[in-house]
Amino acid sequence: MKRFIGFVKKEFYHIFRDKRSLFILFGMPIAQILLFGFAITNEINNVEIAIFDQSNDVETQKIINKIKSSPYFNVENQINKESDIEKEFKKGKIKAVLIFERDFSKNLQTKNVAVVQAITDATEPNVANTIANYTSAIIQNYQSQKKQPKTNLVKVEVQSRMFYNPELKSVFNFVPGVMTVILMLVSAMMTSISITREKEIGTMEILLVSPIKPFQVIIGKVFPYIFLSIINAIIILLLGFFVFKMPINGSLLLLSFESILFIISALSLGILISTISDSQQTAMMLSLMGLMLPVIILSGFIFPINSMPLPMQIISNIIPAKWFIIIVKAIMLKGVGIQYIWKETLILIGMTTLFITISIKKYKIRLE
Amino acid sequence: MKTILFIIQKEFKQIFRDKSMLQLIFILPILQLLILSNAATFDVKNIAITFVDNNQSRESRELISAFDASTYFNVTESYFSENKAIEEMQKGKTDIIVNIPVNFNRNLQKDKKGSISVNINAIDAATAGVENVYVTQIVSAYNKNIQIQSKYISENKEVEQNIMVIPSFWYNNTLNYKTFMVPGILVLLVTMLTLFLSSMNIVREKELGTLEQINVTPIKKYQFIIGKLFPFWVLGLVILTVGLIISKVVFNVPMLGNILLVYGFTSIYLLLILGFGLFISNHTETQQQAMFIAWFFMVIFILMSGLFTPIESMPKWAQNITLLNPIRYFVEFIRMVLLKGSGFVEVLNNLLIVFGFAVVVNGLAVWSYKKTN
Amino acid sequence: MNEEKIIQVENLTKKFGDFTAVKGITFDVYKGEIFGFLGANGAGKTTAMKMLIGISNPTSGKANVAGFDVLSQSEMVKKSIGYMSQKFSMYDDLTIKENITFFGGIYGLSRKQIKQKITQLVEELELQEVINNLVGSLPLGWKQKLSFSVALLHEPKIVFLDEPTGGVDPITRRQFWEMIYTQAYKGTTIFVTTHYMDEAEYCDRVSIMVDGAIEALDSPKKLKEQFQVDSMNDVFLKLARNIE
Repeated sequence: MKRFIGFVKKEFYHIFRDKRSLFILFGMPIAQILLFGFAITNEINNVEIAIFDQSNDVETQKIINKIKSSPYFNVENQINKESDIEKEFKKGKIKAVLIFERDFSKNLQTKNVAVVQAITDATEPNVANTIANYTSAIIQNYQSQKKQPKTNLVKVEVQSRMFYNPELKSVFNFVPGVMTVILMLVSAMMTSISITREKEIGTMEILLVSPIKPFQVIIGKVFPYIFLSIINAIIILLLGFFVFKMPINGSLLLLSFESILFIISALSLGILISTISDSQQTAMMLSLMGLMLPVIILSGFIFPINSMPLPMQIISNIIPAKWFIIIVKAIMLKGVGIQYIWKETLILIGMTTLFITISIKKYKIRLE
Repeated sequence: MKTILFIIQKEFKQIFRDKSMLQLIFILPILQLLILSNAATFDVKNIAITFVDNNQSRESRELISAFDASTYFNVTESYFSENKAIEEMQKGKTDIIVNIPVNFNRNLQKDKKGSISVNINAIDAATAGVENVYVTQIVSAYNKNIQIQSKYISENKEVEQNIMVIPSFWYNNTLNYKTFMVPGILVLLVTMLTLFLSSMNIVREKELGTLEQINVTPIKKYQFIIGKLFPFWVLGLVILTVGLIISKVVFNVPMLGNILLVYGFTSIYLLLILGFGLFISNHTETQQQAMFIAWFFMVIFILMSGLFTPIESMPKWAQNITLLNPIRYFVEFIRMVLLKGSGFVEVLNNLLIVFGFAVVVNGLAVWSYKKTN
Repeated sequence: MNEEKIIQVENLTKKFGDFTAVKGITFDVYKGEIFGFLGANGAGKTTAMKMLIGISNPTSGKANVAGFDVLSQSEMVKKSIGYMSQKFSMYDDLTIKENITFFGGIYGLSRKQIKQKITQLVEELELQEVINNLVGSLPLGWKQKLSFSVALLHEPKIVFLDEPTGGVDPITRRQFWEMIYTQAYKGTTIFVTTHYMDEAEYCDRVSIMVDGAIEALDSPKKLKEQFQVDSMNDVFLKLARNIE
């Protein structure tokens, strides 16, 4: 045990002596959470649009003014001929063009129907769809203001209430996500690379012939990273709480337990990667190239898992980050206890056990 | 020139010698392009919705079946108590709870006005917003329906004025997310691969001690750097080619523009990325450090590229930061050329910016590579 | 012996922050001699050598190697010298042949010259069997002989060897020194650092560095006379004791 403590100390010295790495390890996650917390949102506003007003009458002017005053759109310029639309789209700045037909007011008066065409650049489907929806909403709103209220219409009204996030802040969704991405990648990447580094420069053999047991070597190497990751998690949660006003409705103790569980599962994935790679480059390919996009895309961090095609939903189950994101959101925002998330917790424990078991097996084969 | 060839030869030999590495270099990007492109969609679908029907009337059942008929919603079990339904939401089994009050059908008939309360799980604010729109759409369709059915229609003969909004979606009229995501994800994969490999490359020789041996030779800095980076430049173009073929064959992504333009742009773009990787390599002592820095920038480049979240919605200062993000320009570029068929003149701006960055970054990289210290 | 000076060092100093690793050393090396550069670990041998081979800039002082100034003409110096580092520094994941081709190439040899060199080395070092083996799979002794040969590929005027025989068995060490002698006989100047005192006996002249300064410099014979002892080991011990 004494020997083991000595070994852990050595690993700590390694990390803490290297001021630059230390700065990177703590500074970068802070920078990321601040940057993403303030900057990233999947709301769509300030979309640049152009208007092609073929009728230029009172009615169209009123509608255009209404569109101009909406926060969703920046009306960039007027277009005077149809062929310009394609040109503008190809330049890429303008995302939509609203075309008011000729004799707009007249048609509305005489035929009771007037047409606005909303042509969108649908290379970004999400933006295009949202623009179409916003445009009809604005125009509907304009019409209903113009009309006399008709009391004799039967109508079901919808009273919506937004649960857990009444102000609809994007950051509530992104803080758990960014935290997960950071913990996952830092833990898996740092452990896998630091263990393969010892293999590559040959010091692993020296450690293995020493009286320290192999699993002690691994635990000793991983221990400082558990410590560092926990500190990172705490910093991120503090920033979420104080800077982004993210509530922690559930138990702090449970949140800490789950975070440590997730850190350990990411670290054990890192160990697993190190047992199957011979060089730091291979470890990097697996832990960084192999994990980064799947963790960002398949974890529910940005794209809602329910909306994915079924095969993708099934694949997403093997991403530990998915389960942790569910857990963090449940504890922090829904304020629930373990009885609601025991299943997700068990899955994480199961994955961790699996990673460790495979690592030990692989390790033994190597030694024989 | 001859000297450079010797280095290139050596680098290629090293890449091809490590078979497991070579497999990873090709398999990881291809697999991810194939799988992840399917998952990256903002098309909100399969929304789990739960009803608390306190009314149990013909009207309330009609309303529920209107939701059931929609492709957006999956109606899960109905409950009689709101608390029970909220518990389901806490467990994550449902995202919307619609509460139909006891007097729903009576109010509708008597006051011509009914109301339902809709509780939406809004942790993901953007999705919640879309879900709210869908609920409103279905309810207003329901409203129109009951007006046609109801006797009141006869009292309401006057025809309304109506402004119709006709949306038309250019370049992608079915709003297919894959068309949008595949080229973007391809850009990410090419960038990640070349940045990671190049940032680890020279620092690896530092760690193994071979760099010192190189530094005592009379080799010129530029020869060494060109020789080192050329293989990764080729690799980037090869991955791009494989990716473009997959985009066309598997995902049927339209390729309206000039493919040569895509290669021309990528050639310059890769110089920028490789120069950046080299710069990281020069300023680090271990591969671990290099990896961590590359990771840091990559996460920022990806999340601030406009691929997953729109740049226009960011605050002004953050939009300014994206001006320094190479991936942003590449994503914009490849979409313009492939999906809209933009030509040289339209993408010239992006091309010039990336070229400018490439010159600056490579200048810095060569300058910061020191044979002596 | 030739009296032409091929290395001239004057007051060469290297500081790292407050720490002075090399304290103004001055010495000359003559053309064609085997010059031993001795000292305990941390005495400043490697630092001094790195300044002479042009990968570390001196803080002050001057050094001229093969007619070129190490500070202002370091790239010219590099063309005239060969270097074998204490850490084995060939590519483990390349074969012997590929390593030779690569290093020959960056020293500016033509493909034809490289081919000739390979044939010659295969013969001299009896590499027929292993020429296409990965360097990583070779025993250390082989690797060191190979490194030495690679350092000589471009026929430099001076070869710098940093602890060339660290960690190998006595027989291989002997063979290695035979290679050094052969090369010196051909007229190449050998500059070698070592901490094996028996090896010092093989040198034409040795300098002994203690704490960043040269405390003794002469032929082994004269040094033994001067300190009135029988072996270089005792010279070294006595010197170290005197300094303390």
